Amino acid sequence: MQEVFDIQSTDEFQDGNEMQVVAFKLGNEEYAVDILFVQEIIRLLNITRVPRSGENIEGVINLRGNIIPIVNLHFEFNLQTSENQEAKRIIVFKLDEYQVGIIVDEVSEVLRIQGNNIEPAAKVYGNLEADHIRGIAKVNERLLILLDLAKIFEAGW
Amino acid sequence: MDMTQYLDVFLEECKEHLGNLNQQLLVLEKNPGDLVALNEIFRAAHTLKGMSSTMGYEDLADLTHHMEDVLSDLKEGQLQADSYVVDTLFQCLDRAQLIIDQIESSGTADYDNQDLIEILSKIKDGHYSDAIPVSEERPQLNVKNELEASFDFALNAYDLTVLKEAVLKEYHIIALRIAVDPGSLMKSVRAFMVFKALEDDCEVLKSLPTVPDLEDGKFDQTFDLIVVTQTPVDIIIDRLEHISEIKVESYQMLEVDQLATSRPKEVEIPAKGQPEESTDIKKSHKTKHTVRVDIDRLDNLMNLVGELVMHKGRLGQIATSRKIAELNETMEQIDRVSTDLQSIVMKVRMVAIEQVFNRFPRMVRDLAKDLNKEIEFLLEGKETELDRTVIDEIGDPLIHLLRNAVDHGIEAPAVRVANGKPRRGTIVLRARHEGNNVYIEVEDDGAGIQTDRIRQKAIDRGLIGSKEAEEMTNEEAIELLFSPGFSTAENVTDISGRGVGLDVVKSKIESLNGEMQVESKPGEGTRFKIKLPLTLAIIQALMVSVRDEIYAIPLSSVNETTILLQEEIKMIQNQEVMVLRGNVLPLYRLDNLLEVPGESQSEELYVVVVRKGDKQVGLVVDTLIGQQEIVIKSLGKVLAGIPGIAGAIVAGDGNVRLILDISTLF
Repeated sequence: MQEVFDIQSTDEFQDGNEMQVVAFKLGNEEYAVDILFVQEIIRLLNITRVPRSGENIEGVINLRGNIIPIVNLHFEFNLQTSENQEAKRIIVFKLDEYQVGIIVDEVSEVLRIQGNNIEPAAKVYGNLEADHIRGIAKVNERLLILLDLAKIFEAGW
Repeated sequence: MDMTQYLDVFLEECKEHLGNLNQQLLVLEKNPGDLVALNEIFRAAHTLKGMSSTMGYEDLADLTHHMEDVLSDLKEGQLQADSYVVDTLFQCLDRAQLIIDQIESSGTADYDNQDLIEILSKIKDGHYSDAIPVSEERPQLNVKNELEASFDFALNAYDLTVLKEAVLKEYHIIALRIAVDPGSLMKSVRAFMVFKALEDDCEVLKSLPTVPDLEDGKFDQTFDLIVVTQTPVDIIIDRLEHISEIKVESYQMLEVDQLATSRPKEVEIPAKGQPEESTDIKKSHKTKHTVRVDIDRLDNLMNLVGELVMHKGRLGQIATSRKIAELNETMEQIDRVSTDLQSIVMKVRMVAIEQVFNRFPRMVRDLAKDLNKEIEFLLEGKETELDRTVIDEIGDPLIHLLRNAVDHGIEAPAVRVANGKPRRGTIVLRARHEGNNVYIEVEDDGAGIQTDRIRQKAIDRGLIGSKEAEEMTNEEAIELLFSPGFSTAENVTDISGRGVGLDVVKSKIESLNGEMQVESKPGEGTRFKIKLPLTLAIIQALMVSVRDEIYAIPLSSVNETTILLQEEIKMIQNQEVMVLRGNVLPLYRLDNLLEVPGESQSEELYVVVVRKGDKQVGLVVDTLIGQQEIVIKSLGKVLAGIPGIAGAIVAGDGNVRLILDISTLF
């Protein structure tokens, strides 16, 4: 099982493959997601609490008439959220069948990452815990955690 | 050429044409001479053939081609649309439906239609496999005359259209038999003079022999004319008789009903009593200019319009607070435009209920045939418009009610006759607007609901005790029909009575925010009345607040609201209750139910009395904000299925508010 996973992962991040990511901060950690999934990045707006939903659901927002659920990744990853409200943003992702947003403490930048700079998750972590992580990207001296969105949002509920 | 990109359009149109074919074939069955229906059928079959062969579905093309052969014989009067032919055509339509279904699911079709094609060919050759004798009186375009002379005109569709127009404009239609004196040397000249005399105020619609023949003198002593005119008939005859060597041998005023009834091959010409017919015919001839639009796009459009309206509101606030007169004027313009825009978008989503109704005549016909019942099925208010979302949901409940009416409602013909009723039962399916609701009724003139049998059945099934049954009013007994697992048909048939009963229908209607009622008179019939909101997308709601949160409660579940003091709350078995006009209602606090943070400070409590099934429940909230029309939005896949939450709305201030679902809240 470990073998298979490794092979797949290395395939994905072969040398010369380049991917664009949006880098953002959750607490003190830096994360990144494939830009292809990002629909837009907006300032914080009123989030309506949805009673009886999971604790990882922050609530829903109105984005031009569409109701979009907001997932609380701080809760999911057990991270502290920053005090600086000004820098906070909502990143709205567009997945196959639905849209979903997350609150981030700060959006850093859009980056190009070379495939050979990405370390498959399984090599860094064990195999089980790192399910939602596609890999760790090294950009200069920074380490970015590359998230696997589909896994996160499927697992959440 | 790759046709797959057209597949969706092809399938959509095929279904439309099939629906149309089914409908018109029913008309033809009722009235074998209906040329309008026949033409419609022919056209639809022809289009179907063309489309399917273009798309490369040869099976379908072949089948429709053979149908077309038979249809063209029907059109030319070489065949008669008797029940065998119509049945065969119906079978062909069913097969076509199967083929189309298969194409839809798998992209290809592989059906052996040889069996049907053989029957069609036999019909075309005049050899009926079932040896149904060709009816002796083959319909001809005869005008049977009560007078001695009989007129025999071959009228084509065009002539009939003209006649129809003439009748509508209150022209006379006169059939004339004109005799030329046998001694006349120049018959053609006399005929010419007749035409000349009629030229001014009459239109000669038809002549027998034809005009060229008449002009060549190729006729015996008499010739026949159909004349359309406003001039009284005696004046015309008088005028004609003044032509030398010409006599009007006989004449006949053709009456509307005569044309309608005595000539089966003709278009039914509307008599005074049936003005609806004529408008119907006209409507179907009106070419509609339409565009197919994905429903998602309409939803998007609606979203955007909603947003626009919201921002417009904000802009208006800025305009008033900053007191900019120029902006205010512009705002008024924008206001007008956006209001129009909103109502148009709403209208675009509306669909005529025709779409659902159109498949029923065929179904009722087939059912009636299976059960050996004679049923007249009437549709009223087909043009009534409902939101697309409701249209999609309403089909199944209606099918159920209609099946019930055919199976349980209408009695067997012999029974009806014995009870002094007409042999043919009548079922009416009716739709109409009333305020913000649409009413749909299924009415039959059958036996009515026999409450005694319901009582007995309910006892047998252990639903009620025998004492209870005796005390029950008839209305209450009828209500029993809606209890789960109830069916009163003596024979469990294929059609209804499998235990999936009216309870399912009722809960479906209620899930659409509708209501359902039954009225029944023993021996006279039953009427199911369904009340539905015009749209599921927009409902009336009561907005309430609990601490900082605002929720919408659909007004359809709200009975009333009231104010309660803290000390009026009583406890029964650890459950808070209130007394409302002598009734004890359980109380639920919305803040507890939804785990709203914070504590209530108020001594006065607002209670919304809501309906949950048959029970009333009091819902305690902080304040009542008011009644509002809201546009329902789904919470999406991620948050679907949270108990107590039916959906969301975007409020005027741009915030999302949640709609409570009373049936799953507690």
